[in-house]
This record gives sequence, structure tokens and C-alpha cells, in this order.
Amino acid sequence: MSEGDGAAVIANGDDAPRPLRIVGSAIADRVYTWVLTAFALCIPALLLLLVIALGLAGWPAFRRFGFAFLTSSTWNPVAGIYGAAPAIYGTVVTSIIALIVATPLGVGVALFLSDLAPRRVRQPVAFLVDLLAAIPSVVYGLWGIFVLLPFLRETLMPFLRDTLGLGGTVFFSGPAYGPSMLAAGLILAVMVLPYISAISREVLLAVPRSQREAALALGATRWEMIRGAVIPYAKSGIIGGIILGLGRALGETMAVTMLIGNRHEISASLLAPGYTMASLIANEFAEASSDLHLSALMAVGLTLFVITMIVNGIARWLVWQVGRTGSGRP
Amino acid sequence: MATNSSLTSGALASGGQHHVTDIQRLASEGLTAYFGSAAAIRGITLGVPDRSVTAIIGPSGCGKSTFLRCLNRMHETIQGARVDGRVVLTARDGKALDIYAKSANPIAVRKHIGMVFQRPTPFPTMSIRDNVAAGLKVTANGASTPRRTDEIVERALRRAALWEEVKDRLRTSAVALSGGQQQRLCIARALATEPEVILLDEPTASLDPISTQRIEELLHELEGEMTIVVVTHNMQQAARVSSRTAFFLNGELIETAPTRQLFTSPSDSRTEAYITGRFG
Amino acid sequence: MAGLAGRPDGERTTVSAPAIAPAPDRPHRPSDRQRAFAERTLGTVQRRRIVNAVMLSLLFLAAIAATLPLLFILFHLMRLGITSLTPAFFTKMPRPVGEAGGGMANAIVGTLILIGAASAIGLPIGVGAGLYLAERRGARLANAVRYLSDVLNGLPSIVMGIFAWQFLVRPVGHFSALAGAVALGAMMIPMLTRTTEEMVRLVPVALREAALALGYSKWRTSLTIVVRTAGPGIVTGALVAMARIAGETAPLLFTVLGNQFWSVSLAEPIAALPLQIFEYAKSPYEEWHALAWAGALVLISLILVIGVAARFATRQRFGAHGD
Repeated sequence: MSEGDGAAVIANGDDAPRPLRIVGSAIADRVYTWVLTAFALCIPALLLLLVIALGLAGWPAFRRFGFAFLTSSTWNPVAGIYGAAPAIYGTVVTSIIALIVATPLGVGVALFLSDLAPRRVRQPVAFLVDLLAAIPSVVYGLWGIFVLLPFLRETLMPFLRDTLGLGGTVFFSGPAYGPSMLAAGLILAVMVLPYISAISREVLLAVPRSQREAALALGATRWEMIRGAVIPYAKSGIIGGIILGLGRALGETMAVTMLIGNRHEISASLLAPGYTMASLIANEFAEASSDLHLSALMAVGLTLFVITMIVNGIARWLVWQVGRTGSGRP
Repeated sequence: MATNSSLTSGALASGGQHHVTDIQRLASEGLTAYFGSAAAIRGITLGVPDRSVTAIIGPSGCGKSTFLRCLNRMHETIQGARVDGRVVLTARDGKALDIYAKSANPIAVRKHIGMVFQRPTPFPTMSIRDNVAAGLKVTANGASTPRRTDEIVERALRRAALWEEVKDRLRTSAVALSGGQQQRLCIARALATEPEVILLDEPTASLDPISTQRIEELLHELEGEMTIVVVTHNMQQAARVSSRTAFFLNGELIETAPTRQLFTSPSDSRTEAYITGRFG
Repeated sequence: MAGLAGRPDGERTTVSAPAIAPAPDRPHRPSDRQRAFAERTLGTVQRRRIVNAVMLSLLFLAAIAATLPLLFILFHLMRLGITSLTPAFFTKMPRPVGEAGGGMANAIVGTLILIGAASAIGLPIGVGAGLYLAERRGARLANAVRYLSDVLNGLPSIVMGIFAWQFLVRPVGHFSALAGAVALGAMMIPMLTRTTEEMVRLVPVALREAALALGYSKWRTSLTIVVRTAGPGIVTGALVAMARIAGETAPLLFTVLGNQFWSVSLAEPIAALPLQIFEYAKSPYEEWHALAWAGALVLISLILVIGVAARFATRQRFGAHGD
């Protein structure tokens, strides 16, 4: 038995003899695996570089102002004092408006598509809603400036303030110029709508048919079936979708920059202009003169990064949970 | 880990094949295959005679497919799968090579021991011709020119009894063929590289009776030229196509004998129970 | 039971009371107790029906409300964009304020260059990483990379801009198209990773085994059989990713800056459609607003064309021949 070189010569049928070789190196396969691994490692590396870049750029501002950077509401480039509280406040307020408006619409359209719509309607409606995600932020901003703002200024804001009499409350007081947290929140609602509806639809379609049939067999109406059998089953997935939408809303830049009015103020009124973290960076980057000003902007970027990382991490975990338990159930 | 015990049980199982005088083209010695920590086959010692058809039968889950996949080192491509033991491939000059030796490369091994699967697996992105020529690209005696490739493709398709049906559409998609044609295409693809041995894993399980018959005829024609191992759950098929049959049960080789002998006078009671239809 | 009959909900059912009035030919009239019970049940049924109808209509309204914004946006884009869309828009350079005419030739070319350069960076890494994830499904590193890739996908694009600015603009001292391409390419990576993984997973294991059984090495199996078979899906994913970065603006603010002049150099600042739309939309000039609408229409059309190409790529199944 000679295994040394693993080669022998045989005559194969009427063909010329061909060496029977079973040795060989697997070096090419190993190189291939290395290359793929290297590509895959680019992703953690990219995240690491992001953290380093933001840390390097934002560090001077954080060192100068400490924790007060996040809580101070003074942003004065002339005096060299920077506090990001108004931007953080504006980010939170606009995102909440966006979610309040987009959640019922997004989940509603997803339920409509998964449980009510006839087959022929399903595809086109889903397509139209998904298409919202394909429109660039800057185009939303353009449309917002020339269509949404005039509508808000002349119709919706007076209606909310005067006709409904909400002007007496702090949320709708003050003059209605148009550019405002309300405008930014509404455009954000449209922008996150496709994300919420897409994920909700995916989760709702994953709810087994047996769940629905069991509810109907008990004599439930369609709505009772949805409320009692479908939504509980898909709940954490839908919440994951909403949080994912929140992640989008927090970081949206262009459309918000064009509609929010860009003012460093903390105002309870939704009709007042404000700032979000992303719009602050985008708007002041070009005119930042001093190194500290630049660093303050990057520190805002770092804050935004950390917040969206956390929000996305939670959302992915929730969606992933549904995928696991959902498929495991009978 | 189980080498010792598997060798002994293998020696017991191989008792039935001492009278085989023919050269054994491929022989397993104490072969044990694991999925994770569970052994799917234990201590199999089985010789496959040259230029003949050997059938492996047994109820489903008996390890016959796993054994077949060990013969060309396909078993280890599954995650967590592992093999103990030896499989010796004997060359025409008498040199014996252990395909599980340290120096052996599974990729090189598979070039000499071809395989056809239960479901036809034509490559969907390739034409009929390119499907047949697919293996040539990686073999040492691969075609050097397109003309030579065409010759080899035609030869392989003729041997697989498919040439007449596809000669006018060699450049069209292979997925357009019927299931039986696709399976013969896969056989042609395996033949094109002139392997020493061809392993067929229930090659007709997904085919209609007419296609099945064509494949069985094909095996008959190839019998004199090459060494074939076919796994089948169909005892009639084993009786029709093979000259030797091995019976597997619960991961062990129960009996191996010339086909006629195994089906008419089995030496083990479990074999008899199986072939008379008392289980499986 | 009898005590419940006196409850005020009984009143709600008065409308339907005639419906359960006994037929005149019935031998016995129902007792008060039976009658009250029936009325209550009917009331519940009716209330449930009303709730059902109201909620289903609300869902229907939600569906309408969700599709309206898109229709509005497309309507205004068409109405305001088409009037300014002249041949000059595609061939001329931007003019200074006050001068009529002018176009966005440089911005259109700039955007195409940025998409190309970003793809050159993002495609190989994204597809490679996706292949890795598909080939080593269960490995711990694969799970970690998959999760990080999802997280990366959800990060704001502006963060990518800051990243490219910090490493490629700041040290060099000037803005460049390359920095923008890196930012956009980095955005493409997680999108492609995910689609590639999904597409490769759709390739049957049997095909992979068939190739291995022919003596194909792992890398050859992966590249010539698996990737080729998943090819249309991967191409679709790549096109979708391109469409998504085509309209990105925020990262460009920190990297390519924009350029009023003709430039195709990766080392120089470059013009881009989204940036130009942003500048013009913010400006106080009517003619620039019109150009912004035209630019938006062109940008959306570009994205839709890429999107349609993506759908087409998915449909094509049997591609070219082997060699």
C-alpha cells in the first residue's frame, strides 16, 4: 500500500493512461476563505472606524464642556459656548410626532394589506407605500418647502390653533410661520411610514393562518380576529418595526434641515422652529469657523450615533425575537 | 475514537465476501461516519468489484446514502460531519490509495469518484453542453480546445443515451429538459471526466417509470466498462441492475453477496425478513 | 337573569326589538326573561358588528392616507419639474443668479461618477461579506457580523459623512469626490451584505454538492456555481443599493461639497444632483426653484430607472453560457 505520493498510473478503457492522483493542496480554498473572512471583517472594522472618527472629532468639545454639553441650551459660536440640549429636544419632539402620525397609518396599512385587501389591490398599494422609501430625503425637503409649508401656514396651523381652539394650549401657541417642529415631524412621518409598514406587513404575514382561522371559528368578527389573534401574535415584531422607524426619524437630515426652521430654542409649541441633531450638523458645518465649533458639531454627531445605535440594537433584537419564537410555534 | 470497535465489527460483517476473486476497485475498511457525535454508520467494511454494478439496499435511515457519500468524501461537506476508517481506491497497476490518508485531497478524490444524486442537479446557469463539460474544467485531462470539448461532450452524452435527444439544442438551458433527461445529463456530466468509479444515490427515486427504465438500461450498458455503486430503496431495481448487493440495517452492514444469492438464499435472517417484505 | 333585564343597556336594543317580535301564529309568546336575554344578545352582536365596521373602515382609511403622500409628491414633481426640463438642463452648466437658462450637466455627471465610484468600493466588500455569511451560517463570527451589519444599515447617513470627512477630507485639507464615494460605498456595504446572503441561501444545497462531487474546489463552487446561480438576485440587490445612495445628500455635505464648475476628478470637489437641489431649494430665486424641481424629477427618474432595471434583472433567469 503506497500512500507516499498517492499517485499511480492506470489504463482507463480505450483511452490513454491517466495518472490517478489524489493528493493536492487545498491552499486556494484556504485563501478564498481568508478573503471572504476579510470582507466580512470590514463590517466590524467600519463600525470601529466610525466610532474612532466621531470620537476623535467630538472629543475636544466633550472635554471642554463635559456632561453639560448635553444639558446646556446655550449655543453661541461667537462666545464659544456650546450646549446641545435644544437639538436633542428637537430630535425627540420631531421623532415623537413622526411616530404618533406614522404608527397608526403604517400598522393600519399593513393590517389592511395582510387581512382585508383583495388580492388585486394588495400589490399596487404595497408598491406605492414601499416607493415612499425610494424618494430621496432632499426631494421630501423640496416638496416640504413648496407644498407642505404653505399648506401648514395657511390651512392646518390656523385650523389647529383657531378653529379647534388649541392655540390656548402651550403646544399650539405662538405665530405660525410654517417652518417648525410640526412640519419636520410630519415630513418625518411620511418618511418612516414605509419602514413601519414594511416590517409590520412582514410580521403580520408570518402569523400562521391557523391563528386567524381559530379566531374566526370561535365566531369572532374580523376586527376581533385582528385584535385578539393577529396583533398579539405579531406585537413585538410590530414594535420592532416602529423602533426601527424611530431610528430612521432620529437621523434624518436633509428634509428636516429644510423644514424645521433651524433655531436654537426649546419651545413647547410645535408651531415654533427648532433644531434636530442631524439638521444642526448639516446646517452649521459649512459655516463652522473655529475648531471648537466643528468639534461641537461632531460631538452632536457622536451623541446621535450612540442614540441610534441603541435604538437600532433594541429594534433588531425585537424583530429577531419574533423570527425565532414565531417560527418555533406550531 | 471508535476505530477499534468498528474494525472488529467490520471484520465480522465482511465475512461474506471472501470468495470474491475479482479485483476490488474500491473498498471501505472499518468505516464509521458521524453527524456530530451520533454515528450514522458503524464499522463498514465492504469491497466493490471492478467493472460491475454493486447495489446497496436497506430501509430508509439505515445509513446507505451516508455510506455512499463517504466513498468520495462528500459526507464531510456537511457541517459537523466526520469520518473514521479507510476507503482504499485501487489503481489499474495495483497501487492502493487510501482516500482518507492525510496526504489525500478530497477535491482530487472526487475527480476520480463521480457521483449522481437523487434529484437531478443540472447547473441552471449553464447550457446542456456546458453542464456536461463542467467537470472537464477541473480535471487534469480536461479538454484543451473547444473542439476536443465538443468531442468529449458528445461521447459522454452518447454513453448516457441522451445524445439523440439533445444534439440539436446543446446550447440551450439544461433546466428545460425533463426530469429523466436531466438525470441522464447528470450521468453524462459524471462520465465526461472518466472517473474510476461512479456512485449513484437513488438515481431514479424522483423519476417516472419510463425514465427509470432508461437509466437502468444505461447502468447495464456501463457495467462492463466501469465500477458503479448504486444506492436504492427499491429491491427489484437492485435485483435488475446489480451483480452484487449489500444490505444495510441501522447503520451496519448486515450481509453482502452476489445479487442472485442474496435475494434467493440470504444467510442472515434480517436480510431475509427485509427482502420478503416483513419490514422497511 | 330577570334582574339584569332592567339594566339600561336594554334601551340600546329597542331599535331591533321588532325583529324578534313573535310571529303571530306562534302558540306561545316568549316570557319577559327570554325576551330580555334575546335583546341583550342581539345588542352585543350589533355592537360588535358596529365596532367591526368602524375599525375596518379606519384600516381602509389608513391605507388611503398612506398612499396619498406619494401621489401628491409625484404629482407636484411632474407639474413643477416638467416645465423646467429643457434640453439645456442636461447639457448646460449652472448659470449665476439672474441669468436665465442654465442646467445641471455637471451635477448629473457628478452623481453618476459618485454612484460608480461608490459601487466600486461597496460592491466587492458587500458581496464578499454576504457570501461569507451564507457560507458559514452558524459560525459565531457570522452571527456577530450579521447583527453589526443590520445595525450599520440603520445608522444615519450623516454619520457616514462625518466618518469620511474625518479620515479623508480633514487630513488632506480639501474636499473630494473620493471621500464622498467612500461614504456612499460604506452605506452600500450593509445593504449588499444582507441581500447577497439571502440570495445565496436560496441556491439549493444540491447544486453545491453536485459541483463538489465533480471535483470542484470550494472557491470554484462558490464563485462559478453558487454566485452565478444567485447572480440575478445579487445584481438586483446591487441596483437597489445604488438607487438608495443615488439620492443621498447628507454625507455629501461633508465630503464632495459641490462644485459650480465642470469636474470629473475624484480628487476634486464634484457637483451632485442632490446637493444642487438642496442649494437651489434653499435659495430665494424663482428660477433656481424651478431648476430644483427639474433636478428632483431627473433624480427620481434616475432612481426609478435603476429600480426598473433591478426588477428586470430579477426576471432574467438563464443568463449567458458557461465559458
